[in-house]
Amino acid sequence: MSELTGLTLAEARDRLKKKEITAHELTEAHITALEAANTALNAYIVPTPDKALDMAKASDERLGKGKGLPLDGLPLGIKDLYCTEGVRSTACSGILGDFQPVYESTVTQNLWAAGAVMLGKTNMDEFAMGSSNETSAYGSCVNPWRAAGSDKPLVPGGSSGGSASAVAARIALAATASDTGGSIRQPAAFTGTVGLKPTYGRCSRRGMIAFASSLDQAGPITRTVQDAAIMLRHMASYDPKDSTSANRKVPDYEKALSEKVKGLKIGVPKEYRIDGMSAEIDELWERGIGWYKDAGAEIIEISLPHTKYALPAYYIVAPAEASSNLARYDGVRYGARVNGKDIIDMYEETRSHGFGAEVKRRLLIGTYVLSAGYYDAYYIKAQKVRTLIQRDFNEAFGKVDAILTPATPSAAFGVGEKGGDPIEMYLNDIFTVTVNMAGLPGISVPAGRSGDGLPLGLQIIGKAFDEETVLKAGQVIEDAAGRYEAPEAWWLSETAPAKKAKVTSKTKAKTS
Amino acid sequence: MKVDEATVRHVARLARIKVTPEQAKALEGELSAILDWVEQLGEVDTANVEPMTRVEEMALPKREDKVTEGSIAGQIVKNAPLTEDNFFLVPKVVE
Repeated sequence: MSELTGLTLAEARDRLKKKEITAHELTEAHITALEAANTALNAYIVPTPDKALDMAKASDERLGKGKGLPLDGLPLGIKDLYCTEGVRSTACSGILGDFQPVYESTVTQNLWAAGAVMLGKTNMDEFAMGSSNETSAYGSCVNPWRAAGSDKPLVPGGSSGGSASAVAARIALAATASDTGGSIRQPAAFTGTVGLKPTYGRCSRRGMIAFASSLDQAGPITRTVQDAAIMLRHMASYDPKDSTSANRKVPDYEKALSEKVKGLKIGVPKEYRIDGMSAEIDELWERGIGWYKDAGAEIIEISLPHTKYALPAYYIVAPAEASSNLARYDGVRYGARVNGKDIIDMYEETRSHGFGAEVKRRLLIGTYVLSAGYYDAYYIKAQKVRTLIQRDFNEAFGKVDAILTPATPSAAFGVGEKGGDPIEMYLNDIFTVTVNMAGLPGISVPAGRSGDGLPLGLQIIGKAFDEETVLKAGQVIEDAAGRYEAPEAWWLSETAPAKKAKVTSKTKAKTS
Repeated sequence: MKVDEATVRHVARLARIKVTPEQAKALEGELSAILDWVEQLGEVDTANVEPMTRVEEMALPKREDKVTEGSIAGQIVKNAPLTEDNFFLVPKVVE
């Protein structure tokens, strides 16, 4: 690992500003590291080294004139969910074929306007539907972490697995991600990185390939809490082209980190002590509570009684919205087409070949719950449960400033280990999904290791649009737990038998 | 909630996804299991509860009804599998 790829986003920014390093050197170091790691990790599905070097050149010119932009020269990974002009964007689905957007998503546009450099598009679960990155049409992504003494490949979590893997493996200074039920925070916890899901509406959804419109939210994966603060400031904006975007000023989140946490009231929800929770996770949580006490915060037991209903309600709302959003993939306007004997047959063939198994399962669930006679019983019922979940949080936030919970029920599991039972996979999001249902901000911060040396995270949940407190509280965990060292770069010493980007028959679907 | 094979086929048709008989059989079990699991929402009393629509009160923004970004037909059809003169081509629909 080169010294340059080991810098944090903040350190790299400061060194560029002082002209101790150039954007070209920094970008080249990342491209070299990416090329050495990607065959084993499959974190990037579309590396864009030429574009990265061009962008770095422009950054160096600005920096040279003393006119550097806030993120000038900082190389980032971009989740394949974001539309990037002229660069293939498919949300890792075969149905989008070779889709090359003619416009840039608002979030990535904001980052480029701030001078950041794009290293490439990162792997993810197809349409962000998954918790292991195994549903990608471009093959699984691998976690750079391995259990002590084992060479078994582990999942990086999902859906933002490629972004998390890239940031953990030091082949991106930071990455964009997105979170519908835990897709930023769960992979962050699995890879020893920081994952921040902002309040719904904080970042524009324009140009993000839609999964579940009332839940999807953009956010960063980084190596430190400070880096998450920097990224969010430049990803967030009010966007008239997204009618759910919040017309609010974006604060200087980095500044909030220097504020004291003494006297902060931290809630601990008793409903998160679920049956069968591992002793390891319980201990981690207790340790976290101790850190806040040491920092002068007040710990208050709270109750969020509808917690257990969040996940089943999610599995009505998210598939229902997905079945509506994904209706646009019809083989007519973009992506792959498979011919049939008439137009209906063409639609059915195209969608049958283009979508993977998990996406089809969710589209069928979504179609079922929205079908005649079931709408009130399922979708409206689930939306009412959401109101109750939101009400629980509102009551709790009358007493506390932020809430501390575990981020995931376990450490990273093996590739191929949880394939059989969809619900078993869904349970990964048990601690994160409540936050999406209520639209709140949440952060996962590395907090310790499992018995076999794998990263574990703690989650902080905040009030709507109070990412400042979330970040400030997240910093307490980082200060107490210490930042993680990089995982051992086993991919450099192994002629890795890891999976190459697998182009399935789906992506080869005829485009007649 | 038990979903039978006929229901799987009906829903697949509505979703415009072709399923083979083997897939339909497998989906029968998977969909039933998921719907059984979400059934627990029945325990929650939602009699006087409004469905959630947004995180905080916010009026939907409005704009004037006029073309602001016109004349980009070429861009719109750029990614289509089959086009002619900036029109999308589909199999014949009307005999």
